[in-house]
Amino acid sequence: MLQSDQVAWRGQFTGAVVAETPEAARYAAGLVRFRYEQRPPDVALREDRDDLYKPLDAAQFGQGGGELQDGSPADSVLGDAGPALAAAHTVLDATYTTPMYHNNPMEPHTAVVTWTDGELLVYCSTQGATMSRDLIAATLGLPPGRVRVVSPHVGGGFGSKVYPHAYAVLAAMASRTVRRPVKFTLTRQQMFALVGFRPASIQRIRLGADAEGRLTAVTHDVVEQTARAKGYADQTAVCTRLMYAAPHRRTTHRLAPLDIPVPTIMRAPGEAQGMFALESAMDEMAIACGMDPVEFRIRNEPDVHPESGLPFSSRHLVACLREGARRAGWERRDPTPRARRMGRWLIGTGVAASTYPSPRLPGNAATVRVAPDGHCTVLIAAADLGTGTWTALTQIAADALGVPVERVELRIGDTTLPNASPAGFSSGINSWGSSIAEAARQLRTLLETEHGDVVPPDGLEVTADMPANTDAERYAMHSFGAQFAEVRVDADTGEIRVPRLLGMFDVGRVINPRTARSQLLGGMTQGMSMALYEHSVLDQRFGHVVNQDFAQYHIAANADVHAVEAHWLDETDPHTNVMGAKGLGEVCIVGTAAAIANAVHHATGVRVRDLPVTLDKLLSEP
Amino acid sequence: MKPFRYEHADTVAAAVTALAEEPEAAYLAGGTNLVDLMRLDVATPEVLIDVRRLTSDRIEELPDGSLRIGAAVPNSDLAADRRIRRRYPVLSQAVLSGASGQLRNLATTGGNLLQRTRCAYFQNVTTPCNKREPGSGCSALEGYQRDMAILGASPSCVATHPSDMAVALAALDATVCVQGAEGGQGPDGELRIPLTELHRLPGDSPERDTVLRRGELITAVELPPPDFTATSRYRKVRDRASYAFALVSVAAALDVADGGTVRDVRIALGGVAHKPWRAWKAEESLRGAPATWDSFRDAAAAELAQAEPLPGNAFKMALARNTVVATLLDLMEAAR
Amino acid sequence: MDVEITLRVDGTDHRLTVDTRTTLLDALRERLGNTSPKKGCDHGQCGACTILLDDRRALGCLALAVAHQGADIVTAAGLVNGGGGEGDGLHPLQRSFIAHDAFQCGYCTPGQICSAVGMLREAAAGWPSAVAKDPNAADVVLDDEEIAERMSGNLCRCAAYANIVPAIADVAHRDEVAAHRDEGARR
Repeated sequence: MLQSDQVAWRGQFTGAVVAETPEAARYAAGLVRFRYEQRPPDVALREDRDDLYKPLDAAQFGQGGGELQDGSPADSVLGDAGPALAAAHTVLDATYTTPMYHNNPMEPHTAVVTWTDGELLVYCSTQGATMSRDLIAATLGLPPGRVRVVSPHVGGGFGSKVYPHAYAVLAAMASRTVRRPVKFTLTRQQMFALVGFRPASIQRIRLGADAEGRLTAVTHDVVEQTARAKGYADQTAVCTRLMYAAPHRRTTHRLAPLDIPVPTIMRAPGEAQGMFALESAMDEMAIACGMDPVEFRIRNEPDVHPESGLPFSSRHLVACLREGARRAGWERRDPTPRARRMGRWLIGTGVAASTYPSPRLPGNAATVRVAPDGHCTVLIAAADLGTGTWTALTQIAADALGVPVERVELRIGDTTLPNASPAGFSSGINSWGSSIAEAARQLRTLLETEHGDVVPPDGLEVTADMPANTDAERYAMHSFGAQFAEVRVDADTGEIRVPRLLGMFDVGRVINPRTARSQLLGGMTQGMSMALYEHSVLDQRFGHVVNQDFAQYHIAANADVHAVEAHWLDETDPHTNVMGAKGLGEVCIVGTAAAIANAVHHATGVRVRDLPVTLDKLLSEP
Repeated sequence: MKPFRYEHADTVAAAVTALAEEPEAAYLAGGTNLVDLMRLDVATPEVLIDVRRLTSDRIEELPDGSLRIGAAVPNSDLAADRRIRRRYPVLSQAVLSGASGQLRNLATTGGNLLQRTRCAYFQNVTTPCNKREPGSGCSALEGYQRDMAILGASPSCVATHPSDMAVALAALDATVCVQGAEGGQGPDGELRIPLTELHRLPGDSPERDTVLRRGELITAVELPPPDFTATSRYRKVRDRASYAFALVSVAAALDVADGGTVRDVRIALGGVAHKPWRAWKAEESLRGAPATWDSFRDAAAAELAQAEPLPGNAFKMALARNTVVATLLDLMEAAR
Repeated sequence: MDVEITLRVDGTDHRLTVDTRTTLLDALRERLGNTSPKKGCDHGQCGACTILLDDRRALGCLALAVAHQGADIVTAAGLVNGGGGEGDGLHPLQRSFIAHDAFQCGYCTPGQICSAVGMLREAAAGWPSAVAKDPNAADVVLDDEEIAERMSGNLCRCAAYANIVPAIADVAHRDEVAAHRDEGARR
């Protein structure tokens, strides 16, 4: 932060102006002129660049190291895909691309900071108060105990508020300089340069199958953007390691170092773009094999994790496909492309599978207190960004304590509370909920064994670390789903509408059906937005995102959304945690784009392999 | 945003005089575009002269059946007016297809005509733009071209005009009434400009969007007495279903004789040029022709023969052609 | 350049000094401490700052405060108790948004609710929309498509749209319709 005279990307912070009103500050900042020695930016993502590299130590979110963002290795090989592809009865070799996407929560990133006696208080919008505190403290050279981060409510994040980003540190530096509290809110335009994005990808997929439609070989080779300033690698092909059975397999990730801002987590980072490619390829391959796309997936369902050989803690993808197909009316589908028309509209339907891991993250503890009047207080530095954390954790605590929810008061979003991992990786319920359930269990035991079930006059309090889950080593833990899309395409203009989206999910036990449903609907709708509208355009000469506002970077508006249905199987996972829950906040955005692109192919006969699917790609010269 | 003085004027004449005396002054009406441009430092007036209450906010019927729309009529009121909806449905539809309910409540008729391009480079002061800073170059010419013009552009500017309303007004032969220091041919020295001549093509001076001279203020827009315009329609094609600018839009009115030949037709295109594009050549090709898919297609082709698309917006050729044809077919259907 | 103005906000008159550059949104949030309208984009492209300005829904971020001297402003906060609410004081739309779980993070919600209030008045007054099946119809039938189109100026990145439309439809189709119609007729 302001430590170098080099500018790593267009839009990077080069200074700050502090004023007493926002009007004065913005005007003044606009008057500052810098003189640079200019060099042309290098922002072109191509698979034939000679500086592509295999990611190393890109994992930041997890604490176990690893090469990709989620801690996975960059490459995986099983068998020998080359000869298997050469010998296959049916082969598909296709390249898919996904653009740069920006998270764009409605609430811009904001920090209000103040220093008192060398201690820093930061009010900011973050998905992880504990991690923000640690990273801000480390950047400023402070012990973590001298920084407090407060963030009880978050106006959406979708990954962009997991890491604290430079703006909060800049505000802290400004405040230390002027010795006054400082408030700093990013403009919407700045959010396209300073708080991360989903990196663009080029993905080549090759599939080989035998005469019965059984996959013999699967390869998924990814080239994706990263910043020259700092490496970041989405786990784009990791989904391909677990989705379908095949004896011969290979996945690779390579990074193109560019003069662009540092990418970050965006809802289902890697899986969202990887499953667009894999599930589009599965649709193409089903057609090539002359099979129904639902049946083709079922035929290639693995018994165990195809690469690690571990059993799944629970995997009900086939049930999702079958039940989703039933609800979507799939059996009536004529597979012929461009065969259904209503007036000016070409109609099509498509399917894709969804998956997302269900991990437990380290670094959690919870305190549970009970007062003599029975009032219970639960403390953990968790975050609620609209996901329902406030409600679900209160329910989990009430359940574990055996009291009605009205008696439980939950406090989150403050580093004076016990540490918590960030809201990300669909790990919240699993990590925070397990910690709370453990603290509650210990409290009840203590109450029973030491106090004869009578709360002492001063109350009783227990703080427990998140319990280890030994099953995590023995099982592969993932959520699954199947998404069905119906699309209409205007035969004259190529305009695309999505009259129906239906998702059937396997997410273990659902703690709160209301907030769960809302998450699933929102994720699917974001998946639709990813499929059809969103696309950050990098200017190759200037290196900035050209369409850096909501009028040009389109996210789905109300009129774009029609029937969206989210359902789940009534299943409990026996291994993930005591609640039997799996993650659900991200699996729902995975696969939607492929389901829609597959439906567009069914409607029009045009296969779009480059997201977003826009009308210009469907207009043909008759 | 640069600091500025805010002033009222009591009359149109006083506003015109006040503006003439201030080198860096601008009129403020609804503000939905100007305030935005000021925040982006694209517009940097030192004085704002509020004209929102100076011009009429009513739609009046004139003795000959024309409608005179005061410049201060909010877009919402214009679209909701029952006379407009019945006699000139294309206009109501065009206004309703633009922006959002909240914006249409603030935005005025005069302001809508004078809104500036949403070209991303124009709106970003860190990139070259001849319209914003003459002589600095056109970033869009070799940049992001999806929203750019295919008709009437020049090497110095390929921006498009963003208004939907203006496209409908172009098809309706509307007249823009203007007050300025120099006076015009109308009563009270009113200057009258055909809407199709209000906006300019960029040529080598893209900084000028319109033919208005400094200080001239739009006071009203007049619609000629209705003829076959009751059979008219606005079709807007965009990526998102709502709250987005047009990739291509078509305003059209069609009059088909009993024998099935086109008696008269009006076509204007949006999203394709630096101005609302009246498709004179298409109209000419259609008059007297049979009202068929083939004629419609030939007419669109006749208009687009003069187009010069860029690689990044070449799809607008097929899109504009198909949308013209589809809109005319829809009008045939509606008239039946 | 500072100017003194008066604004009526949620039923209370305020006299305040603002920079000519100050928008209604910033006047409300930064000067009057009413953080109900939100700043999602500051460019008229998201609707989070929607307020009722002299009875019509409008965007606070594009309206200069000096140009709205004496304006009557209602924010989502001001709809509480003033909007014909029942025991909890919430406006029927606020209650319906809760009942239908029509939000996740809640950041766009105050703007959604003000927009919905204004939208119902517009529909009651017979204003058509871009998806009107009969543009000349005297009465507006607020089906889901109409509501979605009319609410498209309010973006929701959490994408609670599938719940927002039923939340509004519920109110639109209840007794409130009559009240709005009377109100619309007076306008």
